[in-house]
Amino acid sequence: MSAYKDKDPRIHGIKARIRVVPDFPKPGIMFQDITTLLLDPSAFKDTIDLFVERYKGRNISVVAGVEARGFIFGPPIALAIGAKFVPLRKPGKLPGQVISEKYVLEYGSDCLQMHVGAVEPDDRALVVDDLVATGGTLCAAINLLERVGAQVVECTCVIELPDLKGRERLNGKPLYVLVESH
Amino acid sequence: MATGDASDPRIAGIAKSIRVIPDFPKPGILFQDITTLLLHTKAFRDTIDLFVERYQGKGISVVAGVEARGFIFGPPIALAIGAKFVPMRKPNKLPGPVIAEEYSLEYGTDKMEMHEGAVEAGEKVLVIDDLIATGGTLGAAIRLLGRVGAHVVECACVIELPELKGRDRLGDTPLFVLVSSA
Repeated sequence: MSAYKDKDPRIHGIKARIRVVPDFPKPGIMFQDITTLLLDPSAFKDTIDLFVERYKGRNISVVAGVEARGFIFGPPIALAIGAKFVPLRKPGKLPGQVISEKYVLEYGSDCLQMHVGAVEPDDRALVVDDLVATGGTLCAAINLLERVGAQVVECTCVIELPDLKGRERLNGKPLYVLVESH
Repeated sequence: MATGDASDPRIAGIAKSIRVIPDFPKPGILFQDITTLLLHTKAFRDTIDLFVERYQGKGISVVAGVEARGFIFGPPIALAIGAKFVPMRKPNKLPGPVIAEEYSLEYGTDKMEMHEGAVEAGEKVLVIDDLIATGGTLGAAIRLLGRVGAHVVECACVIELPELKGRDRLGDTPLFVLVSSA
């Protein structure tokens, strides 16, 4: 489901502020750069408002943000809906005891970590990242949260690349995005 | 005022919610972990409120946040005061043309990057990170912003480690912190 399809008038301004950078990080990739969105306070505010309007009042107790761009969008949502913010990080960054989830990249694998004790079995969680491509990272995030017994209510991103079918890799969890990029 | 007013009742709650982890990232270091602050919704909201109360209405048009924990505190402040958020990143993360500034580590050097065009000459900037230790990272951010002709009005952190004298390495730029951890 995407707000783009709902045709909310704020979406046009948000999409217009996303910069596409060709051949980053490697030739052939069209990189969706959200830093230009952050340079427009009104469009950035609209982005957060759209998420908050959707998730307020749904008893979400945790917003889990994927390092590093999920750290930009997750905390403002968490603050507005009264939820904890939990950073999901690359290995070796979190200082306390962690649980780890490995996931597959195009070449090789990577790992996502969460602090032990940050999320509890009765928590209802929202996973936030700037963009969903293949869904590998979001899938790892879902697994981490479910392994500690939390319920993942939804995953949400600013941008989806639907051609990469990440939506199908989320263990049946719903995905909500503001903008699609083909 | 260089440090948050210790008599503000919100400060004690913030200080208490920070977890100290011995021997991370290496033996002898007492790591100040703000992830536990983010689990306490009131303490996290108070943290942001204290910064917003200090910086709103001062003509600050840019909040520059240092990767990655500066990404957690910077955007909520930027949204509340109507400023742009500009991420200051490790090398090769930002997709567009960048300017880079080298800075010293205990062993060797590292580089900080900012997108070209994100900040304009004459803009008033607030630099945010979770913690100031030696001041190396914040010093690099100040230099980067100065190179594009912006004026850094202040650096703000949740925590200062005063024994490391980072405050002295910021040139003329003042530093504001909420909690001092000696």
